[in-house]
Amino acid sequence: MPRIVVLGGGVGGTLVANLLAKKLRKRAEITLVSATPRHVYQPGWLYVPFGWQEPRSLSRSLRSLLNRMVALEIAEVQGLDLEGRKVHLPERDLEYDYLVIATGARIVPEEIPGFVEGAHHFYTEEGALKLQKALKSFRGGKVVVGVGGLPHKCPPAPLEFTFLLEEYLSREGLRERTEITYTYPINRVFSIESVAQIAEPLLQERRVRIETFFNVESVDPERRVVTSLEGTELPYDLLVMVPPHRGARFLEGLPIADAQGWVQTDRSTLQVKGYPGVYALGDATDLPISKAGSTAHFEAPVIAERIAAEIEGREPDPRRSHYDGKVNCFLEVGHERATFLAFDYQHPPKPPAPSWIYHYEKLAFNKAYWYLVPTGVV
Amino acid sequence: MDEVKIDKEIDARGSFCPGPLMELVRNLKGAQVGQVLAVLSSDAGSAKDIPAWVEKAGHELVRIDEMEAGVRRFVVRKRR
Repeated sequence: MPRIVVLGGGVGGTLVANLLAKKLRKRAEITLVSATPRHVYQPGWLYVPFGWQEPRSLSRSLRSLLNRMVALEIAEVQGLDLEGRKVHLPERDLEYDYLVIATGARIVPEEIPGFVEGAHHFYTEEGALKLQKALKSFRGGKVVVGVGGLPHKCPPAPLEFTFLLEEYLSREGLRERTEITYTYPINRVFSIESVAQIAEPLLQERRVRIETFFNVESVDPERRVVTSLEGTELPYDLLVMVPPHRGARFLEGLPIADAQGWVQTDRSTLQVKGYPGVYALGDATDLPISKAGSTAHFEAPVIAERIAAEIEGREPDPRRSHYDGKVNCFLEVGHERATFLAFDYQHPPKPPAPSWIYHYEKLAFNKAYWYLVPTGVV
Repeated sequence: MDEVKIDKEIDARGSFCPGPLMELVRNLKGAQVGQVLAVLSSDAGSAKDIPAWVEKAGHELVRIDEMEAGVRRFVVRKRR
């Protein structure tokens, strides 16, 4: 019986495994390897610093989300033997005929000197709770919000955080006593031009200072100053930075990964370049699109269809076996309004005017996620 | 006629904005002052973004080479 091994229990891994189990039933042996027994809905961390989201409701047992035909193995991948088709786990090797790499992105705040001591972030539950505590005792001053490296998970998150922070400070009566600065590594406020065009006037309207071409070099927690490679120094009382990201540790140094550990992936078939039968999706890939659950959600059916077709000895369905770069996501702009970004490789997003409708759709989606996404309902 | 020796060339062809610029930023960060790096880009946005960043960051844009169709090579010297 063909053996399929899926690495990673996030959106991409969970969904691919469930779709394959539905398509193939007992015609394949499917094993999902995850470093943790919990499946975490990471977009919810954005609201935790403001006390608007309870982190406990953001994770569930991975087992409870997986089809019964998927075997779950909790272990951290130690290495990969691509020629011998084996995954090295701490206790044993797992052989495969088909491999799906969905190991996501990891944060590496230690890559920026002073980051760990001086900067806050909301890219882990622990970090988001620490920031919540810092915000609770914040009484005004200079806040700098920025990006410590591209690419990072959920590209709109630093913009959303800035807008929500402005709303939070207004509600707490601290807005007039606070100067907010938003920094971004390139010469506009967001990587996609059409989104930058709507976000920039909104930042100005909320009196947020904008500092572009700001690539963080170091943080000085003693002097409370963040310095960019471009030579700009920004003093802060509270610093919130998206940490730099890399691919999973075991990928670094493998011929399939680039210097940052992102897997070199075909943009249409999602096959790992040079390795038939090996696929990658979600944050783990080197594709020039958003690292977001939505990306993995639209990629998963392509991989499931390709592997199932090969096992069934048929041609893959041409309508379902190519990824066109589709990504959907909401962008919170604060004060109970949001906009919506839908795009693919060929079509940049045309965000509609921010409205309360998208804000409440986003809140509803955050709750409905568990019933809709991991199991493949939508 | 190539008087400037390129110490390292980064191939960012096929990568979209801001990929090539971020590759340059990352590589210059690790380079020594005085070293010359080149980045190959097939993204049209680089023609604007890369020279603007090099100026802002205080480095030197030695030249831009037009390579095969749609590909440019940006040659940059680390100044600080």
